Amino acid sequence: MNLRAIAAIFRFEMSRTFRTLGQSVVSPVLTTSLYFVVFGAAIGSRIQEVEGVSYGAFIVPGLIMLTVLQQAISNASFGIYFPKFVGTIYELLSAPVSFLEVTAGYVLAAATKALMIGLIILATSFFFVDLNIAHPVWMVAFLVLTCLSFALFGFIIGIWAQNFEQLQMVPLLAVTPLVFLGGAFYSISMLPPAWQTVSLFNPVVYLISGFRWSFLGLADVPVGWSLLAITAFLIACLATVAWIFRSGWRLRP
Amino acid sequence: MARTILEIRDLEKVYDGGFTALHAVSLDIREGEIFALLGPNGAGKTTLIGTICGLVQPSGGRVTVAGHDTATEYRAARSLIGLVPQEVNLEPFEKVINTVRFSRGLFGKPRNEALIEHVLRQLSLWDKRDSQIRALSGGMKRRVLIAKALAHEPRILFLDEPTAGVDVELRRDMWEVVRGLKEDGVTIILTTHYIEEAEAMADRVGVITRGRLLLVEDKDALMSRLGRKELVIELREPLKAVPDELAGHGLEVLGDGRLLFTYDTQAERTGITRLLAAVQASGLHLRDVETRTSSLEEIFVGLVTEENGADQSGEAAP
Repeated sequence: MNLRAIAAIFRFEMSRTFRTLGQSVVSPVLTTSLYFVVFGAAIGSRIQEVEGVSYGAFIVPGLIMLTVLQQAISNASFGIYFPKFVGTIYELLSAPVSFLEVTAGYVLAAATKALMIGLIILATSFFFVDLNIAHPVWMVAFLVLTCLSFALFGFIIGIWAQNFEQLQMVPLLAVTPLVFLGGAFYSISMLPPAWQTVSLFNPVVYLISGFRWSFLGLADVPVGWSLLAITAFLIACLATVAWIFRSGWRLRP
Repeated sequence: MARTILEIRDLEKVYDGGFTALHAVSLDIREGEIFALLGPNGAGKTTLIGTICGLVQPSGGRVTVAGHDTATEYRAARSLIGLVPQEVNLEPFEKVINTVRFSRGLFGKPRNEALIEHVLRQLSLWDKRDSQIRALSGGMKRRVLIAKALAHEPRILFLDEPTAGVDVELRRDMWEVVRGLKEDGVTIILTTHYIEEAEAMADRVGVITRGRLLLVEDKDALMSRLGRKELVIELREPLKAVPDELAGHGLEVLGDGRLLFTYDTQAERTGITRLLAAVQASGLHLRDVETRTSSLEEIFVGLVTEENGADQSGEAAP
């Protein structure tokens, strides 16, 4: 195992994060604060509470998930796409590293950054709402699993993408709608029964439900299902990455 | 003779579209030499390097680096190789020293700031170590690529068109760098389509075209084997046409009124004695006689044209 290579990639990626601190950290925090102001204070004051929880507190897990998913995907996809774009990928391909090490370096860096931002948003939310975390260990576990699995997913998108448009397409056209429709701002039980059934096909519902349970003890779907769904997603992404590196798809002609 | 450090056997590459970029290429590289791979654009030089270094998946054949198979023992094989690509592929916003440190880490080597300093100084980059790469000139960027390739102390260095698009002064500068590396014991394989470059630096030359290695030979031997020499005769009175007395010797009249005689050094009879005797017999007075060796470029053009001609006649056959 070439641990030094993993560390080198990790350090290199993190230094990019710190070089672009404003764009990487400040902007997601600012966006989330705006959500709190609009949905928590302005609109939330009319909604009162959902299932016995103030609306401001209810949306915290969904807001964190929304940002963490976007960040994990965009960091990892950009991380591996950029070397392809500027040509520095030659170095990764000619180095004595296995696919596992390259993936680990990029995915760990992207997940770490997403996790950092998730925690910063959590800290920020304490300024806006009264918040109790019912199951802190599970909360962290869900957050870490989400960061890792979606960073892996982003890594796959970065390898697949052949231009910047494709790089943005999946996060914009698929992930954002799935998060908004996945109960980030409402409980699935608030939907008409037919749409509740449709929602069960949205994988993000399981993520947000599980994550919200770790905060508030409330869940749209049983928490075991949530855990199962995210683990299955992680394994599917790992299998895809393994196949990509074995076949050289989009990397090694 | 130095031992073989890189052994290429029947290496083939057929791209997905069906284009064959390499036809069963076999080649041995000796430790410590500078080997120039010469060929026109699209000959397969970059594909050959890419296949050895892991950028391109080979379709057949085998490559070993100091006995390590590049497919089955890729870690051991690749850690001995440094690659300087043809394109200036660098992250524009990164600092010079960080990108070199990154390369060393990627190859699994422990931090060694003294070595990084040595490499950067060797390439006159030490003063620029904290500059962002985008702020460097084109020539400096190429040096950064070399520094990255040397950061993990490779024993073989591939330089893919190191001086493509570089001005003459910088090219000579680059040659000095390469000679310095050879003195440090690094084996160097460079591709180029500048014959001058191969002529100036290489110990051996390989000529590749259309994915086939046409020949591999010591540079000096190649030049003397295939070299044609020219004899320029200057007479007291400049000439406008070949005098009748000297007809039948294959002479040409140059623009300045001198006579040009081309001969093959390997031929049994060069014809020089006969020509000079004829000059003397004709009563013409010699002012000066000069000989020149034809350059590698002419040899190369001759070879490639020959190969392409053979190919076309082959295709035309029923």
